[in-house]
Amino acid sequence: MSQSDVTSSGPDAAKANSPGGSISGWLGNSGFLVALILVGSFYVVMLLAMLAADLTWTTPGDFIKALSSDEIQYSIRLSLMSCTVASILSVWVAVPIGYLMSRFNFFGKGLVDAVLDIPIVLPPLVVGLSLLVLFHTTAGVWVEDQFKAIFGTGITYQVPSVVLAQFMVACAFAVRTMRATFDQISVRQEDVALTLGCSRFQAFWRVTLPEARNGLITALTLAWARSLGEFGPILVFSGATRMKTEVLPTTVYLEMTTGSLEAAVAVSILMVFFAVAVLFTIRHFGSDRSLGRVI
Amino acid sequence: MIAVKNLSLAVGDFALEDVSFEIPTRAYCALMGKTGCGKTTVLEAICGLRSVSSGSIRLMSREVAGLPPAARGIGFVPQDGALFSTMTVEENLGFSLAVRGRPKEVVSERVGQLADLLGISGLLGRRIQGLSGGERQRVALGRALAFEPGILCLDEPLSALDDDTKEGLIDLLGKVREETGVTTLHITHSLREARSLCDMLLVMEDSGVRERSLEGEA
Repeated sequence: MSQSDVTSSGPDAAKANSPGGSISGWLGNSGFLVALILVGSFYVVMLLAMLAADLTWTTPGDFIKALSSDEIQYSIRLSLMSCTVASILSVWVAVPIGYLMSRFNFFGKGLVDAVLDIPIVLPPLVVGLSLLVLFHTTAGVWVEDQFKAIFGTGITYQVPSVVLAQFMVACAFAVRTMRATFDQISVRQEDVALTLGCSRFQAFWRVTLPEARNGLITALTLAWARSLGEFGPILVFSGATRMKTEVLPTTVYLEMTTGSLEAAVAVSILMVFFAVAVLFTIRHFGSDRSLGRVI
Repeated sequence: MIAVKNLSLAVGDFALEDVSFEIPTRAYCALMGKTGCGKTTVLEAICGLRSVSSGSIRLMSREVAGLPPAARGIGFVPQDGALFSTMTVEENLGFSLAVRGRPKEVVSERVGQLADLLGISGLLGRRIQGLSGGERQRVALGRALAFEPGILCLDEPLSALDDDTKEGLIDLLGKVREETGVTTLHITHSLREARSLCDMLLVMEDSGVRERSLEGEA
């Protein structure tokens, strides 16, 4: 074998030597790409087909008729109100927890981190049952009595239980979003703010929190969306009483059990609209920073 | 004056022990040393951003080792500037005075003075995102000088800049030194930068911090 055989060069040689340069390599690459597209498109088509099926199941007339019933209007109002309160509470709690977990190291941090994820991994019905059991303990009964004395209404099987059930799950997502947001914000800016005369609180309030604006909006929207879809904990902890603790997922459940599929689909379509609005908001404000590590 | 005596501190697995040096009032001192030797850690300890295990840090004859960063009166410019990206250039420059509750007219007047000194008058209304590297460092320098600190700590402020921008900032730092007389500790890897600006050179080695002649170093 001559030296030139061993060290042959040029475009043809480069093509032959490159692993993907041969026909079998090209077929292998194409096959891999086609497999990816097939698997991916199956899922995407299924998602779109589900939504299309919802939309074709009902007519605009049926949709308006279903949504004009008193029960469903009450359900819409309660859902909007409870989701808003639960999401604001979630962010209010998530900001300090997210900041603490992002900026400080302390004994047992790993354990606290795991505890914060419990609502995400726990079956929803168990969250509801646990809340119900909690409010039947001596401490829970005392808290409920105090709440009733101040606000004139109890918690269990009342509207506050809806907000609490939504908050318990939604807050976990808000905490993860806020922690990811604070992780992304350089601690350097806070350091500089401290040297410029800020206390820790001032540095947080004047520098870090404004930087976390998009993360805050993402956390709020995500918590709102989680609250809107919450069903299991509400069913157990609040019941499914019409014109009392009925939220949109409860309405879908009640309408289906009474055989009114058109009304159930109409409410589902309304929830799809809310979900799409949330999705656009999150994609706009969350970009790929905090959201990418949360969902 | 910056007087560090028998300073020891630990950050994770990294530890510094028995670091001592002294920089006279109004001096401009370069701190050099190998990457990872702890220059930035020492500078951050002086600024109050790292807690120390033992030793003394005296600034202008005042013991500050136990004081929070806000009480030390140090202007700090990190390598990347770390500007506040939700604020305009003007708000960045006036930040330390706004925190101190100074009236708006006073803040505005001081911001104007600094903008003239640093050649950034045309940038005051701009957001941080659109600024070049050199402009960012000018703003970071102005923000650190706004409350008229007695001491300025610069952590490789020129390292990420191109040669032309670097030359401009070296001239600017010289001008700032002349006009303010602020005692400066400047971390750098460039001996040329140190020779252009400094009248004192400290080198950080395994055995501690030693003063070296600016002319003698190669």
